[in-house]
Amino acid sequence: MLTIKNLHAEVDGKQILKGINLEIRKGEMHAIMGPNGSGKSSLSSVLAGRENYTVTQGEVIFEGKNLLDMSPEDRAREGLFMAFQYPVEIPGVSNLHFLKTALNEIRTYHGLPAMESKEFLKLTKEKQQLVDFNANLMNRSLNEGFSGGEKKRNEVFQLAMLDPKLAILDETDSGLDIDALRIVAAGVNKLRSADKAFMVITHYQRLLEYIVPDFVHVLYNGQIVKTGTKELALELEEKGYDWLKEEVHQKESV
Amino acid sequence: MRNSNEIIDDIANREYEFGFTTDIEMEMAPVGLNEDTIRFISAKKEEPEWMLEWRLKGYQAFKKMQFPKWQHFEMPELDLQKLSYYAAPKKKKQLNSLDEVDPELLATFEKLGIPINEQKALAGVAVDVVFDSVSVATTFKEKLNELGIIFCSFGEAVRTHPDLVKKYLGTVVPHSDNIFAALNAAVFSDGSFVYIPKGVRCPMELSTYFRINAENTGQFERTLIIADDNSYVSYLEGCTAPKRDENQLHAAVVELIAMDHSEIKYSTVQNWYPGDKDGNGGIYNFVTKRGICKGNSSKISWTQVETGSAITWKYPSVILQGDDAEGEFYSVAVTRNKQIADTGTKIYHLGRNTRSRIISKGISAGHSDNTYRGLVQVGPRAANARNFTQCDSLLIGDRCGAHTFPYIESRNSTATVEHEATTSKIGEDQIFYLNQRGIDTEKAVALIVNGYAQEVLNQLPMEFAVEARKLLSITLEGSVG
Repeated sequence: MLTIKNLHAEVDGKQILKGINLEIRKGEMHAIMGPNGSGKSSLSSVLAGRENYTVTQGEVIFEGKNLLDMSPEDRAREGLFMAFQYPVEIPGVSNLHFLKTALNEIRTYHGLPAMESKEFLKLTKEKQQLVDFNANLMNRSLNEGFSGGEKKRNEVFQLAMLDPKLAILDETDSGLDIDALRIVAAGVNKLRSADKAFMVITHYQRLLEYIVPDFVHVLYNGQIVKTGTKELALELEEKGYDWLKEEVHQKESV
Repeated sequence: MRNSNEIIDDIANREYEFGFTTDIEMEMAPVGLNEDTIRFISAKKEEPEWMLEWRLKGYQAFKKMQFPKWQHFEMPELDLQKLSYYAAPKKKKQLNSLDEVDPELLATFEKLGIPINEQKALAGVAVDVVFDSVSVATTFKEKLNELGIIFCSFGEAVRTHPDLVKKYLGTVVPHSDNIFAALNAAVFSDGSFVYIPKGVRCPMELSTYFRINAENTGQFERTLIIADDNSYVSYLEGCTAPKRDENQLHAAVVELIAMDHSEIKYSTVQNWYPGDKDGNGGIYNFVTKRGICKGNSSKISWTQVETGSAITWKYPSVILQGDDAEGEFYSVAVTRNKQIADTGTKIYHLGRNTRSRIISKGISAGHSDNTYRGLVQVGPRAANARNFTQCDSLLIGDRCGAHTFPYIESRNSTATVEHEATTSKIGEDQIFYLNQRGIDTEKAVALIVNGYAQEVLNQLPMEFAVEARKLLSITLEGSVG
């Protein structure tokens, strides 16, 4: 589904990603871990198409298409979704109106007619129950005055509504208490399916107790320095990142 | 007293020596403004003597007045002696087909979903099919008549309801109020007149759109609306489609009078030609709008969505004279390219327990300048007066300006006056967030701006609000990027 080859990217002239290689197939759950400043969020930003990131080398193929050639909105329409670490607030725009606009933009892109209001509301209700999202928040202005946890839960609700092929969760666990974390994780788990893939970016192993990954990648200094299974996450939890950093530096000095 | 025929004869004779050009199709007063021009206009309109006298008083006031200097923009050079003040019937240059119309204008019509015949009329193409609205207007008028509601052109009201016009004309905006109001008093072309009798709730939104003779009243329009005791009326002015108009200066006057327990709601969507990208051409919209809540517990509410004109310069105001009276002002002003808006409101709290609410949303893009200017004045008798003002500015890009000049004058220690103001920019983060959900940048801006203006748009009658939303989106197309 997603193939990242030798991806290099910079922001403000500073090299952030230094040759990322990653293959994600349908149905897989990949976790990206790593210490602060290792390039985790930069990777998601580059994939989603944030403007201030410049790709200097490498390629990204998403469902057979060159992702890097596409505008951010076309990437979204092709089925790439990012749950933001810091979801923005848009005053005066209701959550539902926003979602309906987004959904219909995606449908139009695929040559489908706009969804009827009745059908849309049915879908809304179904997904809201599926991911246990507070119905009162649906008619409120998008994220305005939402608590940190509510914003993150709204990201998962949107994920459920827009039904993408690949979802990137960018530190969705940050700022969540344990109860909110459980609910968010439960929502994500319900959305897992054989034709969907996930890339979960997280700092801590905690989230991975609830969302069990197929693969764990450790990002350090702009590269994936180690890949393993969920056991690797546990090992990191236990030993921290320093041993990995040392390993990398040893390799470099050889 | 001379009758109008004599005046016409008189003028017709003089016409020659002063070089009036006359032909069958069109009669125009010579360029310039003097008493003769005003007599000519009044005679052409077959007005009674008192109306002429009033015009002349306006002209006398006008002569003594200067252009104001306090506005927050550079006043364009306006030579009022170079304008022609009468052309009847005012003919726009007729185009033969839509092919001759500016394609950009057509594209906008398309986006607004305006029917083809209406497109033609707005663009100045000869239309040979009769509008549906004519028949609508007839049934409409019958219904209003039954209720005793008077809704007609100003000129018609002068003829058919002279007592009402005489009683109220100039009582809210005097002929000497300001230079543009004085000019309007002297040369006003036509406009609307509304009278809602006691205890009547007008069952439909009154709009110039439904009035058959609404055309060609543009440049110096004069509107007078009176809501008698316990009545209600909602009045819509304007049109969301961009109007082709060859007059550069628009100096209209609107007067509203609300008696005991009555309510007037006045909504405007203004989309006059704003000039091109470099600021060439475009309308100067210098309008005086004021209402008086004369009666106790009366209410006047102004709602305006201003997206057009090269310069928009107006302050729809409310005088809260009656006790427990209420005034509201809701405004969205959008400027782009080199447009200028200096707009806001004035609320005068005179009566006890009077309340007012001001919500102003300025949106600036391009190289434009957008100013909110407002006055809240509380008089010594206005015990327990309350005002809340919220004044927000939204900036798109980094070359536009937003300015706020709030004036508060309180002479009563029991009054509460609140002013809140914010300035924000459409954030790249907001746009990227929406992009990431599949919404392109133009739609994203439209969504954000509509959300921002929501509180004001909610005040508009429903159909108007839908159009206004579309208009906001279209106006800001291409402003980001």
